[in-house]
Amino acid sequence: MAYSDKVIDHYENPRNVGKLDAADPTVGTGMVGAPACGDVMRLQIKVNEQGVIEDAKFKTYGCGSAIASSSLVTEWMKGMTLDQAAEIKNTSIAEELALPPVKIHCSVLAEDAIKAAIDDYRAKVAK
Amino acid sequence: MDFRQNYFELFGLPVSFAVEQVVLQQRYQELQKSLHPDRHAAASSQQQRMALQYATYVNEGLATLKSPLKRAGYLLQLAGLDVRSEANTTKDVNFLMQQMEWREALQEANAATDPFAVLNSVRDEVGQARDGLYQRFVSAWQQGDADSLAQAHECHRQLQFMHKLLDEVDAMEERLDD
Repeated sequence: MAYSDKVIDHYENPRNVGKLDAADPTVGTGMVGAPACGDVMRLQIKVNEQGVIEDAKFKTYGCGSAIASSSLVTEWMKGMTLDQAAEIKNTSIAEELALPPVKIHCSVLAEDAIKAAIDDYRAKVAK
Repeated sequence: MDFRQNYFELFGLPVSFAVEQVVLQQRYQELQKSLHPDRHAAASSQQQRMALQYATYVNEGLATLKSPLKRAGYLLQLAGLDVRSEANTTKDVNFLMQQMEWREALQEANAATDPFAVLNSVRDEVGQARDGLYQRFVSAWQQGDADSLAQAHECHRQLQFMHKLLDEVDAMEERLDD
């Protein structure tokens, strides 16, 4: 199966790979996994006092589409408010990367990771 | 030929996670014999087509009951759970962290002084975790109530990661052997 140029670009030059301190109260960590393909994704956001995401990092073990999906969303999320980031839909990710139907679940995984990271951050703030 | 039978009924086995592999193979050979094309040479083309479909059904049944992972998924399916959905993700943080650690260890194994030692220790740890998950799967599935079945479903999700990891360990070992 052929990957789109955008997927290959993100796969070969992934943006924002790395780790933020999960114990930092301004950092939200989202972890999700897809049993069918064994992919594991960690997405982290650092949120400033205005509720804007100022940094995002990811680490993904999986196929090219899963890596590209998470790389893409870290780019998108920087500068967004939490509410804006929560609105990111897997369909936009799949469209941007021109994912074939069999790889749509990779974009679903990225959307789930965003939600999990936001939930984790909000749970920390609520404490 | 009855396509409505589940695979356990097809092979005359009790619906259970424990399957006697010797018995399974014997029943498979019996079913195969009855399906041999020579026995249907005189049959109409429709009957021959049916026989072919039935053979596929029998082969799928064998593959499902032979593999512990597929068998576990099939038991959940029989209990009415959807095990194939793409929305079927796992969010168990401790489990996923452990997965990440194993993957990192594998990634770093290439640069290790003794990569085989790293592979062996990951294989042992993952293998133990897998065995534990199968035990938990069986007892949860045997309980059979909705909560227990949800637990069994989560065990099955996690088992898929374990098998995937073990496959990767084997693949890495083969590359290192070259």
